[in-house]
Amino acid sequence: MTTYRDAVRTALQTLLREDPRVFLMGEDVGRYGGPYAVSKGLLKEFGEERVRDTPLCESTFVGAGIGAALGGMRPIVEVMTVNFSLLALDQVVNNAAVMRHMSGGQFEVPIAVRMATGGGKQLAAQHSHSLENWYAHIPGIKVLAPATVQDAHDMLLAAVEDPDPVFIFEHQMLYGMEGPLDTEATPPSPWKAAIRRSGSDVSLIAYGGSVHKALTAAEKLEKERVSAEVVDLRSLRPLDRETIVASVSRTHRAVVIDEAWKTGSLASEISAILAEDAFYELDAPVVRVCTLEVPIPYAKHLEEAALPQVDRIVEAAKRSVGGG
Amino acid sequence: MAEFVMPSLGADMAAGTLANWRVALGDTVSRGDIIAEVETEKGLIEVEVFETGVVEALLVAEGEKVPVGTVLAEIRAVSASVPASESAPGDIISSGASDVDLDGPMASPAVRRRAHELGVFLGGVEGTGDHGRITLDDVQHLAGAQAAPIASGDRVRISPYARRIATERGVDVLRIGGTGPGGAIQASDVLSAKVPEPRKSVSAAERMQSAIAAAMTRANDEIPHYYVEHSIDMGNALAWLRETNASLSVAERLVSGAVVLRAVARALRKHKKLNATWQGGEVVPSDGIHVGLAVSLRGGGLVAPALRSTDEGSLSDLMARMTDLVSRARAGALRSSEMTSATITLTSLGERGVESVTPIIFPPQVAIVGCGATLERPWVVDGQVVPRPIMRVTLGADHRVTNGHQGARFLSALDGLLQEPEKL
Repeated sequence: MTTYRDAVRTALQTLLREDPRVFLMGEDVGRYGGPYAVSKGLLKEFGEERVRDTPLCESTFVGAGIGAALGGMRPIVEVMTVNFSLLALDQVVNNAAVMRHMSGGQFEVPIAVRMATGGGKQLAAQHSHSLENWYAHIPGIKVLAPATVQDAHDMLLAAVEDPDPVFIFEHQMLYGMEGPLDTEATPPSPWKAAIRRSGSDVSLIAYGGSVHKALTAAEKLEKERVSAEVVDLRSLRPLDRETIVASVSRTHRAVVIDEAWKTGSLASEISAILAEDAFYELDAPVVRVCTLEVPIPYAKHLEEAALPQVDRIVEAAKRSVGGG
Repeated sequence: MAEFVMPSLGADMAAGTLANWRVALGDTVSRGDIIAEVETEKGLIEVEVFETGVVEALLVAEGEKVPVGTVLAEIRAVSASVPASESAPGDIISSGASDVDLDGPMASPAVRRRAHELGVFLGGVEGTGDHGRITLDDVQHLAGAQAAPIASGDRVRISPYARRIATERGVDVLRIGGTGPGGAIQASDVLSAKVPEPRKSVSAAERMQSAIAAAMTRANDEIPHYYVEHSIDMGNALAWLRETNASLSVAERLVSGAVVLRAVARALRKHKKLNATWQGGEVVPSDGIHVGLAVSLRGGGLVAPALRSTDEGSLSDLMARMTDLVSRARAGALRSSEMTSATITLTSLGERGVESVTPIIFPPQVAIVGCGATLERPWVVDGQVVPRPIMRVTLGADHRVTNGHQGARFLSALDGLLQEPEKL
């Protein structure tokens, strides 16, 4: 068994060893070993040229990564949390996402940007948000949300290999999670959603950290004779409409779990996809289980109350099975 | 504006039921196209249009029974000289000058076009504009009003999935209760609902059978039939056929049925009283000799389409027309004119081994000829018993029009004609 953190590190090591164009940079990734200890030991193994500590200026180091990618490198940029990544959003939206288009296909930006997302560790309102949907909104970039140890490893390899900017969102609650890792197996396409558990009564559609809450909820629901299917979106842009619609066409009910705020969320997008492509399959209104529309509170009980929790998912699923 | 009317599909037809429209509003039709199916006592008949143009209005709904001559549809003529590509976009406007119905509704070209697009019929509409002119608003309003009956109906609180499977299963959602929130019907409610017995759909064959039943019942009730029968020596005819066919390709070869058909038609030339219809208490002689050929259809059903002017043209031509007619009859591709123009019917059951047929007249015809199988029989020729191919022919005729004496003379004439097949 491997931890999620170690799986990412294993992928980083593989990439740094096998491709001289690859380098890692970000805040505290070198001497400190990364804020979530993902890059621990990499500075010693690969040196300062390839594992680079940066100033606390996201716009600068994401921009530098984009420049390096344009110059033929394969940069992996780590941003401490998605909240901080907003400082680099101009570089992302106005440079990384559009360069291929504006150069008439002459330039590509093969950058991989990793960042932590999500709440649950009492890191308060500036370190806990889920803004994946902000990125999933942008044409020209791709967005991945690995929920398993295997995906944490495989998706980083796929991101570096991809010729376009790929953003990887690692839920901060998952770094310590243990799971099997097979570095030899051929990984499934990162752009397809996965059925993590099959069921017949309701589809629980989730991504990232919420996948595990959905799986726990499905176990609880099973005791109440509700058979829940769990869909792990995996790729947030592009979204795998086909798998989503196919699952709901089997269960005829959908609960979408998203740690972002409900308004304008990916959960909203999934709901719209279901209305567009699965309307005549729906036997109950789509239910969204999202973070309450407040800044994530520091106080433990308030933070728990704000974030989607297993009980809320179970309750939503039962409501859906009961017809909404 | 041309009118497409309920045709008279037979001299005694007073009304017909419009079974199906084969065209929709706005469709372009060409002369000769089948645009409707009409159900009569004779069966389901395809009706062709005699105009080329655009279907401007469908005035009679499917299933409605209307008298002969009722306007079923309006066809707006499209000038043949205008290429389709030019006439298509603006045809409503451009053709207006010649097609304006001075008694019709007053509406600008734009209004007419909008009405056409929305399928709104402007006939009889009083507009809100000056002097009753119909405005765009009126058209919009009418479109809403005319569409309303379809859109209305009780609103049912039901999930989209439940509605879909209810439709698939034939469950009436107005008759089942919902167990979801606010009484919403869910899939489980539909699945547990008692599925009604699937409504027996009436097939075309069944409709045809009921039409035949009506016609035959009427024939038996109304027509005082008499029958005369004749055994005809087919030796000469068959010998001539063998000789003729020897020099013909397989496709061109004649069959004895065609010879008999021609002989019946020729015999009628001299016995015109049998080639007539009975209408309103009197006999009406038919203009031409159009023998109807009874054709049994696979899967049941019977039609008797006519071969026009059966007594004219070469025998090989008649043979070709007969083959074509039978194959089209079996393919269900008969024309309404063929279905209705027969002046007498010929039915042959010889192929089924039947020795003789006692047929029932197809009203309003006044005679029918039935042929049995041509069988080798011991026959006395010149005092000797010899085997001869003998066919028994039965004439069924309407005693109100002819009598047995006349019938017998017709059969004698038929016999005589079949002894000289080369003259047919």
